[in-house]
Amino acid sequence: MDAITIKDLDIWFGAGPTRVLAVKGADITVAAGESYGLVGESGSGKSTILRALTGLVPTWSGEMTLGGQQMVPAKRRDRSFYKRVQMVFQDPYASLHPRQSVDQVLSETLYLHGMDNINTRVEKLLSDVGLGPKFRFRYPHQLSGGQRQRVAIARALAGEPDILLLDEPTSALDVSVQAEILNLLTDLRAERGLTYLMVSHDLAVIAHMCDRLAVMRAGETVEVLSAEDLRASRANHPYTQALMANSAGTTGTPQPLESETSQTLMPAANSV
Amino acid sequence: MTLLSVKDLRVSFPTRQGRFEAVRGVSFDLGRERLGIVGESGSGKSMTGRAILRLIRKPAEVTASHINFDGRNLLDCSEREMRRIRGSQISMVMQDPKFSLNPVMTVGQQIVESYRMHNRASLKEARAKALEMLNAVSIREPERVMDTYPHEVSGGMGQRIMIAMMLVANPRLLIADEPTSALDVSVQRQVLSIMDGLVQQRGMGLIFISHDLNLVSEFCDRVLIMYAGRVVETCAADQLHNARHPYTQGLLNSLPRLDQPRRHLDVLTRDVAWAEEVL
Ligand SMILES: Nc1ncnc2c1ncn2[C@@H]1O[C@H](COP(=O)(O)OP(=O)(O)O)[C@@H](O)[C@H]1O
Ligand SMILES: Nc1ncnc2c1ncn2[C@@H]1O[C@H](COP(=O)(O)OP(=O)(O)O)[C@@H](O)[C@H]1O
Ligand SMILES: [Mg+2]
Ligand SMILES: [Mg+2]
Repeated sequence: MDAITIKDLDIWFGAGPTRVLAVKGADITVAAGESYGLVGESGSGKSTILRALTGLVPTWSGEMTLGGQQMVPAKRRDRSFYKRVQMVFQDPYASLHPRQSVDQVLSETLYLHGMDNINTRVEKLLSDVGLGPKFRFRYPHQLSGGQRQRVAIARALAGEPDILLLDEPTSALDVSVQAEILNLLTDLRAERGLTYLMVSHDLAVIAHMCDRLAVMRAGETVEVLSAEDLRASRANHPYTQALMANSAGTTGTPQPLESETSQTLMPAANSV
Repeated sequence: MTLLSVKDLRVSFPTRQGRFEAVRGVSFDLGRERLGIVGESGSGKSMTGRAILRLIRKPAEVTASHINFDGRNLLDCSEREMRRIRGSQISMVMQDPKFSLNPVMTVGQQIVESYRMHNRASLKEARAKALEMLNAVSIREPERVMDTYPHEVSGGMGQRIMIAMMLVANPRLLIADEPTSALDVSVQRQVLSIMDGLVQQRGMGLIFISHDLNLVSEFCDRVLIMYAGRVVETCAADQLHNARHPYTQGLLNSLPRLDQPRRHLDVLTRDVAWAEEVL
């Protein structure tokens, strides 16, 4: 069964002459238990897709199915939806409330999901994400970036979801901490049979974490391929090849990327 | 030839638990070369760069045996002399151009002003110089860009404008603190090749601060690796992958690689001795 199916998805912002089409005709199918990646440079529409999936952007057309349930634009997702689908963001500083302790964040989330035995569950969640009991009563400013991201992951796991949407979960972290968080995500997926849809601008991170990936540029999907094909340099599209040449862990001369040859000014965003 | 010589640089901050030493005895010499400084966040890279330019304010304290630039100890310079050196001899580019560009002045006005601060020049001459600089950093249609405001340009372009502004002064040393960390890989390469050209053509010295080991090993001549305020290892940039210190090795091994798939990434195990050992 497919955990996520997206067909001919357009996502836009604004209306009339200022309307921006941020995602054009996306087609994505993620099998249950699969890990799927969206990779591309900033502004290519990766986060917008995740935000539309979780109901944060209502202006879309096309088809979107999560866990067998058909989504309707501008229709509020019910509580059971957020029990099954959760999102982890890039910036754990911004996504945790500064005056809520780890215990409060997790207890409250568990309560909202209608869970019982909250005390035991908080302890279990903390140990599942590799944080000892001594972190339970700390506040965000008393945690490192990696520890905060672990708390954000624990919060996402509180309702025992099937699907995690991960938006650049390690982009703000040092490489040593990134390795720890990526390892944690690998183990959690194996233990819980989770489905991941993960976004990153880093091709090596996506190839490490995902079975298949879509390469995006300026709202369009330029290529869908397996991580294995990517590693074996079997990418077909020149943009993917250029991204690879610019990525670490590959040999070869860096290539100029097409997108940058058109040095556009920012206000031209509505020209999309 | 040595352009900059730093000896036993220390930067400390007063905290509730006593003085915290952010930089603990950093020493290096720099010629007309590209010197990379790498390390994790908090290792003291930015403080090192800012201390050289004497940009660190009280209550922080900066000491060193010397910071010799072009035969003068910067520690002995008056604040006035430092201001002159900062504009015309040593320039600094920061990570986010949004914080370094003036939001209410056009790009052109800022470059023109920066040029006239260091040169006796008519407005017309300064404007011609500004256009030349924008050209030098590969900005197309420089005339149009001159009249835009910082918020109207993309991140990559803002960063190139920053570099143009630093370079109208024709500095002999450029300190670039994570100048490309906020940029996409494609733009990153472009900004790097511009800086590279300047080192080659003008014989400028460059201190390139970054947390990206791959970038530094490709782009620089020599690399200092910092850990907890100290330099734990120095090596030729193209030999970085053969680095000997377990910290440097640990950082390199923690990176996912396209050519080496594995289920788990290596995790860095820190040794308390790294922060203290005699080097
Ligand atoms: N709230 C918004 N209003 C208008 N435009 C937006 C909004 N959010 C994103 N965009 C635009 O949509 C495009 C894709 O953005 P995003 O999905 O954040 O890219 P990515 O995550 O790939 O960096 C960009 O051009 C961006 O400016
Ligand atoms: N105002 C301050 N008070 C106390 N400590 C500070 C202050 N500013 C920076 N630091 C500390 O100095 C250390 C080095 O910082 P920095 O040079 O910015 O690191 P890097 O650039 O390598 O990330 C860090 O541990 C940081 O927390
Ligand atoms: Mg994004
Ligand atoms: Mg810094």
